[in-house]
Amino acid sequence: MNWTIALPEIVLASTGMAILVYGVLRKQDSAPLCTMFTIGAFLITALLVVSGAAGAGYNGQFTVDAFSSFNKLLLLAGAGLSLVLSIDWNEKQGIARFEYPILMLFAVIGMMTMVSASNLMTLYLGLELQSLSLYVLAAFARDDLRSSEAGLKYFVLSGLASGLLLYGVSLVYGFSGTMDFNQLATLLAAPAAASPGLIVGIVFVLVGLAFKVSAVPFHMWTPDVYEGAPAPVTAFFATAPKVAAMALLLRVMATPFGHLLASWQSLIVIMAIASMVLGALAAIGQTNIKRLMAYSSIGHMGYALAGLAVGTPAGVRGVLVYMVIYVIMTAGTFGCILAMRRDGKPVERISDLSGLATNDPALAMALAVFMFSLAGIPLMSGFFAKLYIFLAAVQGGLWTLAVVGVLTSVIGAFYYIRIVKVMYFDAPAGAFDRRAQSLSVVVAATGLFTVFFFLYPAPIVNAAQLAAAVIFR
Amino acid sequence: MNAAGFPLLSLITWLPLVGGLVIMCVRGDEETVASNARWTALWTSLIVLVLSLVLWVKFDPSDGGFQFVESVTWMPEYKVGYKMGVDGISVLFVLLSTVLVPVCILASWESIQTKVREFMLAFLILETMMVGMFCALDFIVFYMFFEAVLIPMYLIIGVWGGPRRVYAAVKFFLYTLTGSVLMLLALLAMWLYAGTTDIPTLLTTSFPAGMQKWLFLAFLASFAVKVPMWPVHTWLPDAHVEAPTAGSVILAGVLLKMGGYGFLRFSIPMLPDASAYFAPLMFTLSVVAVIYTSLVALAQEDMKKLIAYSSVAHMGIVTIGMFTFNEQGIQGALFQMISHGVVSGALFLVVGVVYDRIHSRDIARYGGLADRMPGYAFTFMVFTMASVGLPGTAGFVGEFLVIIGALKVSFWLALLGGSGMILGAAYMLYLYRRVVFGRLVKADLMHILDLSPREWAVFAPLIVLTMWMGIYPSSFTSFWESSVAAMVKHHTAALATAVKVAGGLH
Repeated sequence: MNWTIALPEIVLASTGMAILVYGVLRKQDSAPLCTMFTIGAFLITALLVVSGAAGAGYNGQFTVDAFSSFNKLLLLAGAGLSLVLSIDWNEKQGIARFEYPILMLFAVIGMMTMVSASNLMTLYLGLELQSLSLYVLAAFARDDLRSSEAGLKYFVLSGLASGLLLYGVSLVYGFSGTMDFNQLATLLAAPAAASPGLIVGIVFVLVGLAFKVSAVPFHMWTPDVYEGAPAPVTAFFATAPKVAAMALLLRVMATPFGHLLASWQSLIVIMAIASMVLGALAAIGQTNIKRLMAYSSIGHMGYALAGLAVGTPAGVRGVLVYMVIYVIMTAGTFGCILAMRRDGKPVERISDLSGLATNDPALAMALAVFMFSLAGIPLMSGFFAKLYIFLAAVQGGLWTLAVVGVLTSVIGAFYYIRIVKVMYFDAPAGAFDRRAQSLSVVVAATGLFTVFFFLYPAPIVNAAQLAAAVIFR
Repeated sequence: MNAAGFPLLSLITWLPLVGGLVIMCVRGDEETVASNARWTALWTSLIVLVLSLVLWVKFDPSDGGFQFVESVTWMPEYKVGYKMGVDGISVLFVLLSTVLVPVCILASWESIQTKVREFMLAFLILETMMVGMFCALDFIVFYMFFEAVLIPMYLIIGVWGGPRRVYAAVKFFLYTLTGSVLMLLALLAMWLYAGTTDIPTLLTTSFPAGMQKWLFLAFLASFAVKVPMWPVHTWLPDAHVEAPTAGSVILAGVLLKMGGYGFLRFSIPMLPDASAYFAPLMFTLSVVAVIYTSLVALAQEDMKKLIAYSSVAHMGIVTIGMFTFNEQGIQGALFQMISHGVVSGALFLVVGVVYDRIHSRDIARYGGLADRMPGYAFTFMVFTMASVGLPGTAGFVGEFLVIIGALKVSFWLALLGGSGMILGAAYMLYLYRRVVFGRLVKADLMHILDLSPREWAVFAPLIVLTMWMGIYPSSFTSFWESSVAAMVKHHTAALATAVKVAGGLH
């Protein structure tokens, strides 16, 4: 048996347990060291992912291919960035406990398993490992009522979604007799072979996964959890889990159910349109920047789903490029949000940003870059993310998606430029506290990526191309 | 490689951004930063100007195709490349941009006192976007620059503008963004049909007639907002009035030309059938713009607003000229765009001079300035006359050619379009009389100072250009003669084929 195929996950899990033991046994404050160890573990895992060979193992339950490696690197990057962002914030808020990085680490193992899953059972295991860690993280500021509420809300709704997913899995198994992706693909090669019960099962699986990527109409939890959870946790929620869930959705739809495109395409189209529209409209009235980012992420998932709806390698490539750009600019935006502290307390209203351009020109410029990028204005990377999606959509003949996409991007631009307006045009409110070095580094790095992506998009696009090609049967 | 032997266009395009990076690195107290930022921006824009003069000298007017072409693969999977090049139509717009930017920087030397570094940075970014847009030979590259112009302009209006700047900035942004995303859809459709976004290839692709109409409408949404054509011109008075002087100059001088350039580069040559089909609509909108906005201009109390409305009217003449599809009309439209770029830009600077001193744009606040400011009165007069279209100034040639072109299409079109010249004379002379002549009675105007040497340095090149264009227009028209001739020929040929195909079907 080819057990080394899961070496990155095994190494990460063992390191995680070692860090846990260290954290428990060490009497003094061990959070900073545990965080550093975790970042180190992420880096080593990333190296192992890069150097690992492709193949399948564990009786075909676990697959390593270009697609899984691409997404693993991306979610490790997202997790690493949000962990770096959390260091200073947790310390100042008094929630710097060693469990934090460890929970994040186990969530990442769950996500990596999800990305590599080639069996509905593995999929579910990965998903649950991820979700369990995320529930605790959402409620990590345990003395804060809103954080506990966020954790509980996420737990209940996510539990419901898991139940739906599991029901879908059982239906699929019941009507096809297998849970293996490749066997399913072979069985369903002729779309006529799919019984109605199986289609119902697929719909339930889709619903469960749509909940995880917070696509409309399964988005209800997102604004509350984003707002209630501690800001660095929100940063984490907005990046790595989205990558994992989107990757899972891509693989499940493309590999086992790829031949049934006609059956599920319209569902994805509807979800994509609804997400783009709701993400654009509902964000307009928001005053809390974390809540705004929640609606923004719903909208962005809508654009990504538009790429999936095309159901071609070009579409999936668009989604993957979109996710890379989305993760980087979201991490940067949250870096700016975490820097919003006044008199030692975090602030998160949009009006708190008033006159930031006068008080802290560098931070204002960075946030403006991210806002223009999220709005999809060229030359920022966000424009190219949308461009690749739209190119794929019109190639697949989905003009409705392209038209709705460009129109909602105009509506979306309205609230993104409102933030720029608040920072640049309004009278200065009080200055923010001195921001931590770690935040500045993340914001600068992600900002440079966002601005200069257009110079040389080829490496990322080519990697996405390779990744997208392998999941279609 | 190309006539210059090195990627000249890319250098002209990206050099301002390098200057911007230098400005970002400046450290020190506010005074030092401001002064360094001003000088860096000025020197950068002057070097860019010199480089673009190389373009002027080395450009071969007898060649109707694209010159100085450079091409690099960029997104090969979609056959999208980074391709730059200029032809007779675009080369003078590049020069117009590179001339106006140093003038604007010089004009904001003293009037911009807050966030000087950011202002200069925004201006240099703006220059990169404008020049890049006129040089782009790939549709996606064009679109990128076209839309990216919004970011610096939004900030320039919103940060350094007047009292209602926020409203004006947001309106400007959303209006133009809505238009340009519709163009993005047209771009996607063209890419899907032709398989490439290379502009020279698209120019020779013939699109099906039914598709052309949709594409034309999508382009119209984008370019009509930019030009701006009636009835989507309402963002312009707001943006012009609230923008700082330099912002108004660039808006009027270059940004409006982006719409006209778009029509000439995309709509007319790529969509000949639809252009011919929609020409009556374009004429109607243009004539309404000319007459309606001229009348509105006549009633304005605010100097900048008056000039803003006059811009809409003058651009109406431009769109009339372009859709006549004959050489005179198109050449006239091009000439009118260049001359309007210089003249209306200069008029905004003229207003800026007194605004800097008195901080009011109300026409009623002024009167009798000729007594205290003879130099100013002279400058103002030159540009007023040019705007009116007095023979011997820049404004005459363009309008005259457009009217000749329009006469070939219809007498009534020429008559109604030409009425704009009469109305233009009315509102400009009325403005000039109220501001410059009359008795000097206002107390604070008694001690107003005439143009400073810096202001003379701002106006001198513009005066020279205005007179040069009026007295010896062929040094400008010679640039685009062969390109326009090729374009008209292509258009006529395309229409002839379309008729033949239609005839064959019946």
